[in-house]
Amino acid sequence: MSAAAPERLRPASLPQVRRERGQREVFCGLTGIVWLHRKMPDAFFLVVGSRTCAHLLQSAAGVMIFAEPRFATAIIEERDLAGLADLDAELDRVVTRLLDRRPEIRTLFLVGSCPSEVIKLDLPRAARRLQDARPGSRILSYSGSGIETTFTEGEDACLAALVPQAPTGDVSSLLIVGALPDIVEDQFERLFAELGIGPVRFFPGRSATDLPPIGPGTRFLLAQPFLGETARVLEARGAERLEAPFPFGAEGTTAWVRAAARAFGVDEMHLRQVVAPYRERAKRALERHRARLEGKTIFFMPDSQLEVPLARFLSAELGMVPVEVCTPFLHTRHLAEELALLPAGTPVTEGQDVEAQLDRVRTARPDLTVCGLGLANPLEAEGLTTKWAIELVFTPIHGFDQAGDLAELFARPLRRRDVLRV
Amino acid sequence: MQLAVWTYEGPPHVGAMRVATAMKDVHYVLHAPQGDTYADLLFTMIERRDRRPPVTYTTFQARDLGTDTAELFRDAAKSAYDRFRPAAMLVGASCTAELIQDDPGGLAEALALPCPVVPLELPSYQRKEHWGAAETFYRLVRHLCAPATAGAPDAPLRPSPEHKRANILGPCALGFRHRDDLAEITQLLTRLGIGVNVVAPLGATPVDIARLPEADFNIVLYPEIGEEAARWLEKTHGMPAVRTVPIGVGATAEFVEQVAALAGVDPRAVLDDAGTRLPWWSRSVDSTYLTAKRVFIFGDATHAVAAARVAQDELGFEVCGLGCYNREFARELRAAAALYGVEPLITDDHLEVELAIQAAQPELVLGTQMERHIAKRLRIPCAVISAPVHVQDFPARHSPQMGFEGANVLFDSWVHPLVMGLEEHLLTMFRDDPEFSDNAGASHLHTSPLAGRGTAHGAVEGGVRTGEEGVDSLLHHRSAAARVPAGGEELWAPDAEAELRKIPFFVRGKARRNTEAFAAARGLARIDLATLYDAKAHYGR
Repeated sequence: MSAAAPERLRPASLPQVRRERGQREVFCGLTGIVWLHRKMPDAFFLVVGSRTCAHLLQSAAGVMIFAEPRFATAIIEERDLAGLADLDAELDRVVTRLLDRRPEIRTLFLVGSCPSEVIKLDLPRAARRLQDARPGSRILSYSGSGIETTFTEGEDACLAALVPQAPTGDVSSLLIVGALPDIVEDQFERLFAELGIGPVRFFPGRSATDLPPIGPGTRFLLAQPFLGETARVLEARGAERLEAPFPFGAEGTTAWVRAAARAFGVDEMHLRQVVAPYRERAKRALERHRARLEGKTIFFMPDSQLEVPLARFLSAELGMVPVEVCTPFLHTRHLAEELALLPAGTPVTEGQDVEAQLDRVRTARPDLTVCGLGLANPLEAEGLTTKWAIELVFTPIHGFDQAGDLAELFARPLRRRDVLRV
Repeated sequence: MQLAVWTYEGPPHVGAMRVATAMKDVHYVLHAPQGDTYADLLFTMIERRDRRPPVTYTTFQARDLGTDTAELFRDAAKSAYDRFRPAAMLVGASCTAELIQDDPGGLAEALALPCPVVPLELPSYQRKEHWGAAETFYRLVRHLCAPATAGAPDAPLRPSPEHKRANILGPCALGFRHRDDLAEITQLLTRLGIGVNVVAPLGATPVDIARLPEADFNIVLYPEIGEEAARWLEKTHGMPAVRTVPIGVGATAEFVEQVAALAGVDPRAVLDDAGTRLPWWSRSVDSTYLTAKRVFIFGDATHAVAAARVAQDELGFEVCGLGCYNREFARELRAAAALYGVEPLITDDHLEVELAIQAAQPELVLGTQMERHIAKRLRIPCAVISAPVHVQDFPARHSPQMGFEGANVLFDSWVHPLVMGLEEHLLTMFRDDPEFSDNAGASHLHTSPLAGRGTAHGAVEGGVRTGEEGVDSLLHHRSAAARVPAGGEELWAPDAEAELRKIPFFVRGKARRNTEAFAAARGLARIDLATLYDAKAHYGR
């Protein structure tokens, strides 16, 4: 029960990474709007795109339940493309109408899409122009287009666009980077307070306007593995990234918290003392699922970039056997600790050729395949058990008190497979 | 540029996917970025299909734009053919690829694949999903059907079997109850002694499409998808078409007669033993309360127009609003609206529909899933009659909209959300009993008791709940002042207010609105007992 367990598990060699190109079957970065708009209730996301973008958002999110969600699509039409309408003027008109109707919106994100990128619509310039006309609101832009971003990279692009807006000032805080559900944020806040680490700020926080000060002296922990660009701009501002595995499971969370504790000069004994009850509780919660998961094989199709940390968690803490871990993009520096903790020889694939990957799934016949919604039912129909990857970004899974829930997400499909008698 | 929060229809290439997915042995190579692959989940999740749509996306990325996206398309088309060996291939572009103008049709032709390749030109920035489906189906039919032989279109050469055969055109993937309608109509035809030559696109192979002209006539079940192809078959192959959409008892009977006339069979046996309970259910005394219930109808034009007829003629409702989201069928909808004396509502802006529903104050809404949500917010009973589809629109049980059994389903699904006849009397009779307080609400509406209902404010009764995301409309943001009429407390005299509370809750909101409108129209600053009853007399029917 040593808190230093991760070090002991470190294998000699890093896994071989295969790079694959071909047809991809993943969401674009626009999808991130679905959770980002909930995280920042004072922000509005306006996609400048096509009918397809609007259809994607409502299909991916099932957003019909909101008559007035805080996102919308400005659909480019034929007359805009044919030059009959001035695109800038049209965009101004749409934004003005929107902000006049919704005065409570403090931050507006203009979100670039595939069509807006291809026609080279200059959204950063449009944002500056609109900002000048409306000093009361903050108008920013980023691209969530599928030709540049894959699924969770939309959050990365959004946060990276937000960084320059952060104030300077007392920058000595610990910054937790990546959108987390409020309940998880509160848990981490309490934990760091117990450790005596502070001030702790979250990025993004619960408001798009209340941004933490960032500068030299700020140390940050990534809560998500897909924030490459955000980390880059944070570092460019002088902030320092604390190297750590990601806070999934009892061990992952312990190592993640330890990275902060060391940086903030917290004594190892104190760390162990504070963490022990949480860690024990997490382990108890995990134990319930171990019987069902131990020794089971798992195949990750590329989806959210959470694949490597989750494979590490499932193998190290629940005894699952990753037969292949595919990820849309592998940030080797941010994932160095995670890759080192994967069982030796685990095949890791960056990128996608969906047909080839499905062939490998069919050959391996894993006990569980983690995949997108377009692939799940077809694989189930072939007798394979699946886990929707999208649930992993919509559900609280970080930290000690979610470790059991995270394990349960993987155990549930197997349990269901076992109980059904039809 | 159009601001859209929610759309009734996807882009046209999704329509093409619906056709490709409905069919067998067809593959669609779509020049599109990776994000467009979301469309697969419509089929695998909403419709619970057990295989992936037969679509290969090129998934080009930004870095490919500078090099050769055309090469990407060629490779994708070639490897898709090698892997899937389809009997026919569709090729086209989604909205983004349309902008880079790689000409998938030309590229595919140059590949000289050993199967028919049907190029699709679906202008994404002008057209929408249904149009895309109709165009795709039409292109497939045009491409795969042999040109009419000599003598056509007047005397097409067909095998002349004992009995006549019909094609059923329009059933598709992601269609609203298409699966069950098809079973129902096929059974009707069988009882009439009419054979089904081909059903398309649903379940058809390219070989089947080529056999379409072998039938004696076409049945256009879903004009939104089948009409273009039917018109071409009519013109080129001289095939007559039955266009009556068999939704409701009357329309189904007409459909049977028309089909029988074309096939030269006697419809009497089928019509005499129709097996529909709707007419008697509608005539039975419990249904008296349905008389002149105001119903607001919105959906695709075909389902909306058909629903209006059933609502008025077969259930005795009063159509107080009628609209559709597909402009291509605006003419048909306008004609129907004229028939019921209502203003046609042709829009794909759900916020406009919400306003129209509020203004019409219906007692029942028949609409799409979006109207179901609107009705829920406004606390109006609702039944879903049209696409766009939701996972709930694919029930495990048989639940057609068409044919005689379909009419039974319509009766149940439209009437059950309403307060039933006898129940209405009981509510009035017992409403003062403490065990049966107004706040309990109607059990079948599945709404939690609303604490605010008994308060003096009209907020809840007026159908506009305060608070919560989802209440206000993006373009029609209502201020707090608009929700509670200015000086609302003073507007109502205490005795009038007390009297109002004796009215059953499910009509109280309407009584309040009507009375306030009546008072406003007459410039009355205060509503007393007399005003309340004057208004009742004014609006009474």
